[in-house]
Amino acid sequence: MTEATAAPERDTELFTINIGPHHPATHGVLRLLVELEGEYVHSVKPIIGYLHTGIEKSCEKHSYWKAITFVERMDYLAYYYNMMAYCMAVEELLDEPVPLRAQYLRVLHLELNRISSHLFWLGTAMLDVGAISMLWYAMRERDMVMDLFEMSSGQRMHTRYFQVGGVVEDIPPGWEAKCREFVAAMPGRIDQYEALLSKNEIFLRRTRGTGIVSQEDCLALGVTGPLLRATGHPWDLRKAMPYSSYDHFDFQIPVGTVGDNYDRYMVRMAEMRQSVRIVEQALDGLPEGAHITDNRKVALPPRDELATSMEALIHHFKLVTEGFRPPAGEVYRAIESPRGETGCFVVSDGSAKPARVHMRDPSFVNMQMVPKMAEGELIADMIASVALLDPIIGGVDR
Amino acid sequence: MVDATGLELIAHALRARLGDDAVTGTTYHRTQATVEVAPAAVEDAVRFLAREADDRFEFLASLHGCDYFPDEPRLSVHYQLLSMERQERVCVKTRMTIEQAELPSVAGLFPGANFQEREVYDMFGVVFSGHPDLTRILMPDDYAGHPQRRDFPIGGEEVRFTYNQDAP
Repeated sequence: MTEATAAPERDTELFTINIGPHHPATHGVLRLLVELEGEYVHSVKPIIGYLHTGIEKSCEKHSYWKAITFVERMDYLAYYYNMMAYCMAVEELLDEPVPLRAQYLRVLHLELNRISSHLFWLGTAMLDVGAISMLWYAMRERDMVMDLFEMSSGQRMHTRYFQVGGVVEDIPPGWEAKCREFVAAMPGRIDQYEALLSKNEIFLRRTRGTGIVSQEDCLALGVTGPLLRATGHPWDLRKAMPYSSYDHFDFQIPVGTVGDNYDRYMVRMAEMRQSVRIVEQALDGLPEGAHITDNRKVALPPRDELATSMEALIHHFKLVTEGFRPPAGEVYRAIESPRGETGCFVVSDGSAKPARVHMRDPSFVNMQMVPKMAEGELIADMIASVALLDPIIGGVDR
Repeated sequence: MVDATGLELIAHALRARLGDDAVTGTTYHRTQATVEVAPAAVEDAVRFLAREADDRFEFLASLHGCDYFPDEPRLSVHYQLLSMERQERVCVKTRMTIEQAELPSVAGLFPGANFQEREVYDMFGVVFSGHPDLTRILMPDDYAGHPQRRDFPIGGEEVRFTYNQDAP
């Protein structure tokens, strides 16, 4: 479809069609109001809000540590990232340092989550461009990551593994070996995906030269993450403004050249390889020590202390019934999620509940790119562009 | 990162450019630099920092609102500006009362602010003059009220199911 990129002179009426909000190609409840000229997209307007659940409002009536459960459910494929941005903001408000082992454990889970999120994108996006079998291969490997999450936290999704001041529990025995199995298997599996896709004639014709958005437009629209990197801009918060000891690891930032759908695909595939490298390094360098801060005003005391220490019991009671009270102030902390900059803005008024929690979700901002990607192209390419955009409606609508 | 001195320099440059009344204060809290400006000057301040200052913050990372109820002036809008070249962030913040909740839009300067200003309008009722399409974005079009305001109750809204769909 790359041959016919320029729309011919209009000699027909515009035809308005409505795609979604319940449509398999819109990845959730996204509604696209499209005006067509023949098969070419004249204009497209994304309409959102069908999945708005008021998570930011709900956070305001729960204590800080209970709000973690809420923020996780925004971008439901990158739940560790929502938790991470929120926990980092609250730690900043408290001025609470995080032990090194906890930082490494966070990096391990974040990067595993990046792989699982990209795998889910790979499966569903390729479904939209016609490579149906990719879904099964991608889900097979994603399941290995889910198993690891289940081992460390008891949950496969929405794990609530990160806690203010560290992580809830240390990784169990056997986790490392299982994780190394995954690290050993994954690069070969990515080779297999690329063997199926990267030189596939149909896939190339669907993605190369379609949905091009220039770097200037991406920056003006606030687009971040793989979409910006596909245009050749090496902006990655893990490198640019390192957090949680990302500066200890050796990894590269994959970039594209023209910013079309094929570049977006290649960037995400290369990112998975880099994530595997980070996971491997974090396993090798995992330091000994505490998995959570020993500040009893912030983190719960270990269970065994409760039977012997009156003080531990009081701390436990105070934290569970009331929670901690960060000093008044406001912070904005941003991290690099699989979709771009996930920023969390938390305001404390000195009480035990956050006065305001706002999540700058990358899917929400990136959604504004859809008209730039699709207008003047074929409607079939718009479906590919939305798939390669990788929007998560839970994050868009919050 | 912008430190406390750097923040004062930014505030000084803004005052020199837009007048003494434009900047109402600065806060440096936990490595976060915030410069507070008057509502009428916010577009000029953001434009100056993004396009004209010596050290520019050319990228608008996030735009969001906040309600400081019961403090006055209650509402605020925050502009999280970022310099990719120097890896620095600065927050421009403006506060206004509910009665005068109107700001000049920055959607012309940053097209990416379009959705985010609509969200602030939807959730807090701040009107952005000059916005190309200021309609509700997350709540339904016929919704009454601005749910993120602190005096807006949580819950209590009746949900329509088949058994009560005909109720008045």
